[in-house]
Amino acid sequence: MSDERPSALISRAEWHRPAIRIGIGGAQALLLVVLIVVGLGPILWLAKSAITPTNDTITHPMGLFTHGAAWSNLREAWVNVNVGRYFWNTIVVALGSWLTQIVVASTGGYALSVLRPRYARLINALLLATLFVPAIVLLVPLYIEIVRPPIVHHSFIDTYWAVWLPAGASAFNVVLVKRFFDNLPREIFEAARIDGAGPFALFTRIVLPMSKPILGVVSVFAVLASWKDFLWPLLVLTDPNKQPLSVRLPSIASQTSLGVFLAAMFIACLVPIAGFLIFQRSFLSGPGLGGAIKG
Amino acid sequence: MNAISEVEVEGAALARRRHRVRLTPLRWFRGGGLSTFLFMLPLLLVFGAFSWYPIVRTGVMAFQHTNLVQAPAWVGWQNFSAVVHDPQTPIAVKNTAYFALLALVFGYPIPLAAAVLMSEVRKRRGLYSALAYLPVVIPPVVAVLLWKTFYDASSNGVFNTILGWIGLGPYPWLQSPHWAMPSLVLESTWANAGATVIIYLAALTGVNSELYEAAAVDGAGVWRKVWNVTLPQLRGVLLVTMILQIIGTAQVFLEPYLFTSGGPANATLTVLLQIYNYAFGNSLGGNYGKATALSLMLAGFLTVFSFIYLRATRSWSQE
Repeated sequence: MSDERPSALISRAEWHRPAIRIGIGGAQALLLVVLIVVGLGPILWLAKSAITPTNDTITHPMGLFTHGAAWSNLREAWVNVNVGRYFWNTIVVALGSWLTQIVVASTGGYALSVLRPRYARLINALLLATLFVPAIVLLVPLYIEIVRPPIVHHSFIDTYWAVWLPAGASAFNVVLVKRFFDNLPREIFEAARIDGAGPFALFTRIVLPMSKPILGVVSVFAVLASWKDFLWPLLVLTDPNKQPLSVRLPSIASQTSLGVFLAAMFIACLVPIAGFLIFQRSFLSGPGLGGAIKG
Repeated sequence: MNAISEVEVEGAALARRRHRVRLTPLRWFRGGGLSTFLFMLPLLLVFGAFSWYPIVRTGVMAFQHTNLVQAPAWVGWQNFSAVVHDPQTPIAVKNTAYFALLALVFGYPIPLAAAVLMSEVRKRRGLYSALAYLPVVIPPVVAVLLWKTFYDASSNGVFNTILGWIGLGPYPWLQSPHWAMPSLVLESTWANAGATVIIYLAALTGVNSELYEAAAVDGAGVWRKVWNVTLPQLRGVLLVTMILQIIGTAQVFLEPYLFTSGGPANATLTVLLQIYNYAFGNSLGGNYGKATALSLMLAGFLTVFSFIYLRATRSWSQE
């Protein structure tokens, strides 16, 4: 996706023809306008309405600050509607889910790719098999398991463990990390072993430092996925004081005025949008998506 | 003949003995087996508890009556037949198929056309893809609730205001059984199309530019090159995105749940919403057996469908 790639479909000679330049160039300009309106428009509207008095948004949704701004919406959402608390809950949920995903994917990927015990093939096959099972199959039994865990006999409902631990079971992460480890040069591992490095030293001093790019990608997607998650935290976190923002938003809608609700929604978007702008390359060069397609 | 087989048997026994020697706990420990196992442990525990075990458990629960109060009782195929005879089930299946079909009609050609056009942008291609991807990073709950505001049926709703400028509407959107489902699909397409665009853009960089040159030598214009080079070169990716989209839309939940709760008049009741209602919709206690039975039926259908799809398109995708 480098911008320097010479256009292939339309050759340089064709670009010199006026019909092409106007036709394709016009279509591209139109596409840019459509993308701005469709991609950016709703978010800009949300940003505008988050600081517009409720009455103005209801009567003139497309008006621009006809009666001035209402910055109080944001404060009211953060303080009175407890968005501050739910925001913090979202961060707690996201960080815990991130941690389990990173631990499981990096240690598991290391064992499967570098240490390779006899049973690695079996575990690999079981992991790949889970990729083909639709997520819906897990929902009900997983819920029962959280309510009535088999060995522990203590319900995990309303504890963050109920979200953190199942988040680690992402076969996609493990496959992504394992594939990255597979491509690390084996000579370095051999050299480290000859220098007396055991499996732990090899992992912490050689493999992890070399894997920052892939661990970064997994981290970004882990945090974003957990920020987006709705149904699972809705089921296992029933105490409103523990619920993350995405779970609270539908209830907030009925509890408060439209302006404050839109301010709460705007706050919920800030972290994902900031993360996207900072880590654009991870999203748009699509290692996760491309990898999924290539299977 | 006999002698040879005896030697073979002896050889096999020897190999087996050697095999056994290699597996003694001490040897295993000295060979780093324990530390390897410790590295594998987080994966085994997490996947065992939260992936493999629940998958197996689904198969058991579908044949039981479980409500978390009484001990589970085996009921044979009763859950399945209860689901099949539930008058809501055909409605849910029909609506899900309708959602999937509409999502294909709206959501399949648009990302492809956008990606082909974007891949030929000579300046600021990054801006194009960032704008296209932006809706994907918005939390889905926010996206749905925001669009619910847009769909406000009064003449002061956002969409009705905009359409009012050109003299259209007001439309009832989510409140009309006829328009509710297309409204859901429209939001879903908005929320997901960007991800597909990025996949196509990546695939387009893999198209061999010599094919374009060869086509140009043969006198092909831009349209001909798109039809005869670009699309055939992308067909592998196109087939995969289509089946992934069908599998994804068959499991649509968030849109019907948050937009309409399945209404109006069951017009947006989908299979996943039905599963949710079986398990969690009843405050008196969930019917987990029926929920798992229906989810197994959906998963089974998707597996069979994907298998047939991949078999049917195999010759075409590898041509």
